[in-house]
Amino acid sequence: MTTQDKDIAVTVEGLTRTFGEFTAVDDISFRVKRGEVFGFLGPNGAGKSTTIRMLCGLLAPTAGVATVGGIDVMRDPDSVKANIGYMSQRFSLYEDLTVSQNIDFYGGVYGLEGERLKERRAWAVRMAGLVGKENELTGALSGGWKQRLALGCAILHEPPILFLDEPTGGVDPVSRRRFWDLIYDLSNGGTTVFVTTHYMDEAEHCNTIGFIYAGRLVALGSPTELKQGLSSMTTYEVKCARPLDAVDAFQELPWVKETSIFGHAFHVTVSSDPSAVGSIRDILMNDKNEVEAIEEILPSLEDVFIHLISEEDRRKAKAA
Amino acid sequence: MNLAPIVRKEFRQISRDRRALGILVFLPGLLLVLVGYALNFDVKNLSVAVVDEDRSPESRHFVQSLTGSEYLVHKWSLDDRSGIDRLLEEGEAQVALVIPRGFAHAMIEGKSIQVQVIVDGANANTAAIAAGYVALGIQDYSSRVLAQWLERHGAHILVPIDIRPRLLFNPELKTAKYLVPGLFGLILMLSTVISTSLSVVREKELGTMEQLKTSPLKAYEIIIGKAVPYLGIALLAATLILVLGWLMFDVSVRGSLLVLYVAIFIFLLAGLGQGLVISSVAKNQQIAFFISVFSSLLPAFLLSGFVFPLSSMPMILQVIANILPTKYFLVIVRAVILKGVGIGPVWDQFLALSLFSAFAIGLSSIRLHRELSS
Ligand SMILES: Nc1ncnc2c1ncn2[C@@H]1O[C@H](COP(=O)(O)OP(=O)(O)O)[C@@H](O)[C@H]1O
Ligand SMILES: [Mg+2]
Repeated sequence: MTTQDKDIAVTVEGLTRTFGEFTAVDDISFRVKRGEVFGFLGPNGAGKSTTIRMLCGLLAPTAGVATVGGIDVMRDPDSVKANIGYMSQRFSLYEDLTVSQNIDFYGGVYGLEGERLKERRAWAVRMAGLVGKENELTGALSGGWKQRLALGCAILHEPPILFLDEPTGGVDPVSRRRFWDLIYDLSNGGTTVFVTTHYMDEAEHCNTIGFIYAGRLVALGSPTELKQGLSSMTTYEVKCARPLDAVDAFQELPWVKETSIFGHAFHVTVSSDPSAVGSIRDILMNDKNEVEAIEEILPSLEDVFIHLISEEDRRKAKAA
Repeated sequence: MNLAPIVRKEFRQISRDRRALGILVFLPGLLLVLVGYALNFDVKNLSVAVVDEDRSPESRHFVQSLTGSEYLVHKWSLDDRSGIDRLLEEGEAQVALVIPRGFAHAMIEGKSIQVQVIVDGANANTAAIAAGYVALGIQDYSSRVLAQWLERHGAHILVPIDIRPRLLFNPELKTAKYLVPGLFGLILMLSTVISTSLSVVREKELGTMEQLKTSPLKAYEIIIGKAVPYLGIALLAATLILVLGWLMFDVSVRGSLLVLYVAIFIFLLAGLGQGLVISSVAKNQQIAFFISVFSSLLPAFLLSGFVFPLSSMPMILQVIANILPTKYFLVIVRAVILKGVGIGPVWDQFLALSLFSAFAIGLSSIRLHRELSS
């Protein structure tokens, strides 16, 4: 094992999975560094769950290799299992058991006993904010609590690598925020977190993002890198007297990719061109829409992904 | 082997689910009582009113021999025929017997004489059975009188066939004695196939199965952990049926309890394997339930003797019956409980049962293993 390998928690090489004729995951490769939060972003049906299930040894790849914690998942799934925590897309709790019975069950499954189990049970209850509710039926808890309890149960055995599959699906924004705080805490404590999501704002919180679309990994990097990588496009924030009118005017133009309103300003994304600022100013002046400021800004992740998706679709259309 | 967490969890879930517990443990008992009484075709303790106009030792002997069984009971003795109608109308008696003057004389002389039998026809079924009992009783008595008469005149006659009236009217022996073993097949299938397949499919639906598969638990630990509680409950239900059958219907196990429980255990393994195979193909609990019912409960019900005997079943059902384990199990159980045989006479049934169990468990292991690595 080289020094570089020591810093790598997960490696994926040419990973592919087909279901009959359909390719759900198509030849993807990436690495996840130890201790980072790796966001696996993509729309529904992109292949996120299929990938995560292959990494956890639940599904055999059609082709390619995956190692988790330096261990080949295909060759030694049992050793991998001892090293990981996994939270599937649905909160995997027994609704007809109480909070502490769920914890005891998963603790037992992961081989915790006696003092250690007691300690971890107390920790999980505190972490989920369920102190005093230990004997309540899990089914009676609200989504946010269930979600945190499910996370607690998945990491009772303190795994160095954690896989979370859309952990915040269907919970309220406040609970989502609290959940991401927990993810940071774990990451700060040295746990590698591999998390899938289709929320852009969550992706912004990750150290590294892999963007998967129709089974293909179409982008990989930190949020900033991805935004800067969009060199063929430029986004401007324009402050003017009547932003609503301005959006109407710009939407129609062929060289404008995207427009959106932000309070007293609007964002306009255009193909990179030195003359763009002048053109924007001219159009607004013609409309007697007084311009306060035009400023080049980094595009949002959403801008980046919309662009990547349309490029991928074009590439596919050309191939076909 | 780390079985405790799953076993404990299953017990907790079952005990929380009162309805499931009721179905698993108490429904069998209830079913036994209901079906046992409803299908108990033995009509017993019919009250007989007797008008003995002859008042001879012979006529008294005739009445005694006729009413000496548990079926016909000599309850009323009337001086003349006028009271008969009232007793029958009020249901105080179901059968009236009029023995004419000259009965003793006719018996001694070897002449024939008519005995009048009046049966309450309100319940056609009971009436037919009562008339049958009386007719058989009289026939029995007549043949004995005939034999005695012939003997007195130097001839011998053999009465080789001992007629049992209840056999005639209940040729399939549909009594509790027959039903208790039949219920075994039904109940044990209910508790194993359905509950095993449902409990596994439920975890798949919930997503908890995936959680378990990424844990260090081995596949066999998950399966055995799930099986133990249901096997335990099924054994409990089986014991309950045995005790109830003994208390209420006087059905006791004549053969070895050990042989019986070994058969039950092998049968449960078969049901378990079948439930696991179903859980590996069913997408949700409804589908699992229907496949379970059609592949286990239905054959067990048909074969249990509740509906009709195997030999009168449609061909297709007979074929199915020979593939499924219930038939073999029932043969063993009936033989052990009713006839008191050991393993010897039913070893081939044991073999068939064991083969099915091995096949079901083997197939389910292969399927579950494939599911883990598909
Ligand atoms: N077991 C399966 N059999 C057939 N198709 C599947 C199976 N699992 C997933 N798929 C298909 O693969 C694609 C990717 O699914 P998934 O990985 O669950 O997407 P995501 O998690 O990104 O929403 C989907 O089109 C889905 O229908
Ligand atoms: Mg998914």
